Amino acid sequence: MINIKRTAQRGGLYLTMILYALTIVIPLFVMIMTSFKTNAEIFRNPFGLPSSFNIDAYVNLFVISNYEKYFLNSIGVTILSLGIAVTLSALAAYAISKYKFKYNRAIYIYFVLGLVVPIKLGTIDIMITMLRLTVYDTLWALIIVYIAMAIPLSVFVLYDYIKMVPEELSSAARIDGCSEPGIFARVITPLIKPGLAAAGIISFIPNWNEFWFPLVLIKSKDNYTIPLATGQLFGQFDTKLNLVFAVLSLATIPVIVIYLLLSNYFVKGLSAGAVKG
Amino acid sequence: MLEARKKHARFLFLFIFPAFIIYTVFMLLPILNSMKYSLYTGDGLIPTEFVGLDNYVRLFTEERYSVKFWNAFRNNIKFFVIVTLIQNVMGFFMAVMVSRSFKGNKFMRKLSFLPTTLSVLVVGYIFKLILNPYYGVFDKFLEMIGLESLILPWLGDPRTAIYVVAIAVSWQFFGESVLFYTSGIDGIPESIMEAARIDGASIWQEIYHIILPSVLPIVGIVTILIFIGDFTQFDIIFAMTGTRGDPGYSTDLFGSLFYRTAFASSERGGWGTGMGATVATMMFLIVTVGVGIFLYFFSKKREELEK
Repeated sequence: MINIKRTAQRGGLYLTMILYALTIVIPLFVMIMTSFKTNAEIFRNPFGLPSSFNIDAYVNLFVISNYEKYFLNSIGVTILSLGIAVTLSALAAYAISKYKFKYNRAIYIYFVLGLVVPIKLGTIDIMITMLRLTVYDTLWALIIVYIAMAIPLSVFVLYDYIKMVPEELSSAARIDGCSEPGIFARVITPLIKPGLAAAGIISFIPNWNEFWFPLVLIKSKDNYTIPLATGQLFGQFDTKLNLVFAVLSLATIPVIVIYLLLSNYFVKGLSAGAVKG
Repeated sequence: MLEARKKHARFLFLFIFPAFIIYTVFMLLPILNSMKYSLYTGDGLIPTEFVGLDNYVRLFTEERYSVKFWNAFRNNIKFFVIVTLIQNVMGFFMAVMVSRSFKGNKFMRKLSFLPTTLSVLVVGYIFKLILNPYYGVFDKFLEMIGLESLILPWLGDPRTAIYVVAIAVSWQFFGESVLFYTSGIDGIPESIMEAARIDGASIWQEIYHIILPSVLPIVGIVTILIFIGDFTQFDIIFAMTGTRGDPGYSTDLFGSLFYRTAFASSERGGWGTGMGATVATMMFLIVTVGVGIFLYFFSKKREELEK
């Protein structure tokens, strides 16, 4: 009796998992497969695999649009903003966690507050500031905003890593005559490399996918990032379905690949945040 | 010793200053400055004429503003309720299952988070294409299994569109709730679960008496994150139903309302910078009050459970 119940439970569990997996995979599968079909085939054979993997859509996309340029823009913006944000956050997190003073806790909370502040609601002022700094409609405008956006999460992640570095190491270096910046660069940094990687990787996804700020701050085609280009090309290709699906696939595949390669970082970093928060 | 402290103070300042300034100037101050702009009016990009609270009075008394504002408010609540039900309730039960030990459990955890990594814009477009009445795969699928009577103009009908949009967002962020809840369930000591099983507790008793109380703080976090995300959501509306929240503003959320009023030309629904800032400030108020209520509610619940 118990065995039958157990078997039924197991069966239900596996069935649910399979259905759940299918709801995740099917939309992505349809997207990628459709991009390899010709327009006629999309109507004739909406479900199956493409009769031949036709890469015309991708070739056309690069011919019609400046796609490689958008790709480089996105890479440049992401690397610069995350690199700067993680460096500055590491410095701040180091000072907050290692130098004892009156407002350690207050400054830490001040930074971490940014995790729940909807920066979108300050866009009017950000736009005006970017115009004043004469960086409106340049990639610099995005880089600055993305640095600010990545700081709260990076401080939050790095604070714990730096806290774990034993105090004796810095003291020993100090006695040997090492300067404070020297301690940070030569003692702390090598020990928190996994933390630096985690902070960068967790911020990578929202940064790479961000659509709102380029929509508001970028006007010239030359400065489009991938999400903005995706939005604009989607409207433009309206009826050329395989092109539309190629645009979506190209915006998605790099993220999926990076996620699958580094998923342990995401899962650990994010769930640690949830449990602690 | 004092010497060293002074030296520390200098570096303390040097190390914290750059991150502090960028974060303050480009993240926190803009929200405060937008509040300031909500007290001004004018035709240019930067409103110059001080009018006090006049923008707020107009927002709530002039029909051309108030109708749109309350419409977005209602839609946003509907949207939030659907997303919360799917992500919190279904997400919780899914997490209970994913956290059992079974073959492929690691793979499922990895896979469930995958949609969260995609861009909201792309997810919106994928669903829009799949639900297209002419070539969409979803209607074709329903035809194939003989359920063509269920086919609806998914995004074309003001009664269904908001639900469809909410489901698309939930599809994307479902895995995030699952991840949060499974990490909470993983944190429950195995000995407690074991003891319950030996005492012959059913799975429902286990969920109600052990799992639910220990993940309740995470339910709070997830609810608050969904709340903030939903009340500023824009990308999904842009992708699926356009910045006016078609059909007939039935999917217009605060995010799309803010975009139109603050950044579009007046022919396309713009209300000028001052009025746009007023909308942003109201959104900020609603989000802050909402988060406050949730924090109060969940800390009360927690106290009750700990008694």
